[in-house]
Amino acid sequence: MTSVVRRSDAAPHTGTGVSNGAADRAPARSAARRNASARSGSGLRTALEVLFFVGPALALFVVFVVWPVARAVQFSFYRWKGFGPLEDFVGLRNYVTVLQDDVFVAAFTHNMVIIVLSILVQLPLGLAIALLLNRKIRGQGVLRTVIFVPYVLSEVIAGVVWFQLLQPQYGVIEGILGVVGIPGPEQGWLGTPDIALFTVFGVLTWKYLGLAVLLFLAGLQGVPDELIEAAQMDGASWWQVQRRITVPLLGPTVRTWAFLSMIGSIQLFDMVWILTGGGPANATTTMATYLINEGTKRYNYGIATAASVILFAVALVFALLYQFLVLRRDVAEADASARRGVR
Amino acid sequence: MTSATAVRGGDAGIGAPRPRKASGPSRGASPLVYLVALVVVGFTLGPVLYAVLGGFRTNAQLAESPAGLPNPWVLDNYIRVLTDSSFWSYALNSTVIAVVTTVVAVTFGLMAAYPLARYQFRWREPLYTVFVLGLLFPATVAIIPLFVIITRQLQLGNTWWGVALPQAAFALPTTIIILRPVLMAIPTELEEAAVLDGASRIQFFWRIVVPLSGPGVVTVGVLAFVASWNAYLLPLLLLQEDRKTLPLGVADFSSQYSSDTAGVFAFTTLAMVPALVFFLAMQRRIVSGLQGAVKG
Repeated sequence: MTSVVRRSDAAPHTGTGVSNGAADRAPARSAARRNASARSGSGLRTALEVLFFVGPALALFVVFVVWPVARAVQFSFYRWKGFGPLEDFVGLRNYVTVLQDDVFVAAFTHNMVIIVLSILVQLPLGLAIALLLNRKIRGQGVLRTVIFVPYVLSEVIAGVVWFQLLQPQYGVIEGILGVVGIPGPEQGWLGTPDIALFTVFGVLTWKYLGLAVLLFLAGLQGVPDELIEAAQMDGASWWQVQRRITVPLLGPTVRTWAFLSMIGSIQLFDMVWILTGGGPANATTTMATYLINEGTKRYNYGIATAASVILFAVALVFALLYQFLVLRRDVAEADASARRGVR
Repeated sequence: MTSATAVRGGDAGIGAPRPRKASGPSRGASPLVYLVALVVVGFTLGPVLYAVLGGFRTNAQLAESPAGLPNPWVLDNYIRVLTDSSFWSYALNSTVIAVVTTVVAVTFGLMAAYPLARYQFRWREPLYTVFVLGLLFPATVAIIPLFVIITRQLQLGNTWWGVALPQAAFALPTTIIILRPVLMAIPTELEEAAVLDGASRIQFFWRIVVPLSGPGVVTVGVLAFVASWNAYLLPLLLLQEDRKTLPLGVADFSSQYSSDTAGVFAFTTLAMVPALVFFLAMQRRIVSGLQGAVKG
């Protein structure tokens, strides 16, 4: 994600400075170049300028990101109810408590279920829609706009609307399904423990499918026409073209999406909080709802921060594993194809 | 805006010029494609439209036939929300917080991105890495200490600043990551010319860098604004009563009057209008920003 195209920024220093006062602009320019690089090197002034430019951002970042994160780690070693001094040091006991808490383990499992379901459901669905839409059809612009609307709405608004749609008895979803002859679960889609998590996932899919489609469509634009035309001239069917050329070339985009989706699923909070609050019977808790519950309702700040550190560790492990297993392949492939010459 | 972007070639954050749109000669559309498109549109817009229309119905109508159309159309629910002063105070809070978040994130982010993109100094890459690592820490991880720090140490609990500043801080990594390549792409020749004319690098920043980074700035600005506008968790912990933002207001209204379905729909619809209008106006920026941030 961080590998935003990096262009070499510094002056290439190709102006050798040998040219002495010829009629063209070269000497002046190379002088300016030398001048610029000399100024870059001059310590104090550069340091002050850097401080002037980076200082405000760095201060903000330290106060509101670095400091709180450090405090989270600190809190997690104490039993602390949010008032009085921080003195009841308990070592790793909060972590043990969290990891042995069935509710947290269930919450962690729910996060994992959402990750797996996203890959299994949203990926093929998004890919299929993107492939179908990646052609000249009327109203394509409108379509892209429409598809993206749920993504722009806040999770809260989306959640509140869906909460009403999913009401048992008088909600419209049950009304529609009733017409088709599918009875809703007795406690409602959000009230039945076995179903609630899948219902939440359904709403998440509604909200985030547009992002997947949009990213895949952007990736598809990078597939060169020549390849597709060549394959078509060789008699490949539409289906073969998609399977052998388009989808493989979409690999990096898909992997980036999968990464974003994973990180989002690990932090899942808003939608669950609105739709179910983690219930019924903790059937839809996530790590984030767990830690908010512990922190803001029970004032177990030590437990809550321990859970947040664990959440971070999980996200980090995922990010590193992913970087290691999947994204590295992209880099290796890019290198290989660069060596082979652009294909 | 569009033409300016076209002239400069390529959107913010996207390094290479955009490849041609893949549209081969024999890629017409079959009825199946239109059918799929229609289903997708229905699935996507259905709930939103239902909420909009539901706001024009009465609860009796909604109970009687959940899937029906307004008959007759009632404006009551919408009028009730629009004349409710708390709705306007939610909207005001959301707006102020989002604007402050955006201005702070973009100003500080652009300033920080400048030396990180164009200066040569020993701590450049480590410094950049510090900001990039911020991506790994979602606000969720730090939320409990943030709450403690903001309400106690900084005494900013239940204020606009208390929410806007941390949000800006958490928006900084994305801002800097998107803006750095944009600033790197400004031709060296321009800087040389400016130096020849006797401009300092600080002058170069204000006169050349700021105006030239327009499209990139709009992109990161829109991303920061939308993130703040939609934020829930941090405002939930920090804001009470008349400081609440729209998402909090919507959630409150929905749980307080959960049986007043029509009222909830009207309230929700009006709460999503600003986001939708903003999105339609800024669509190109949001989309290119996300794609640019993701493309890598």
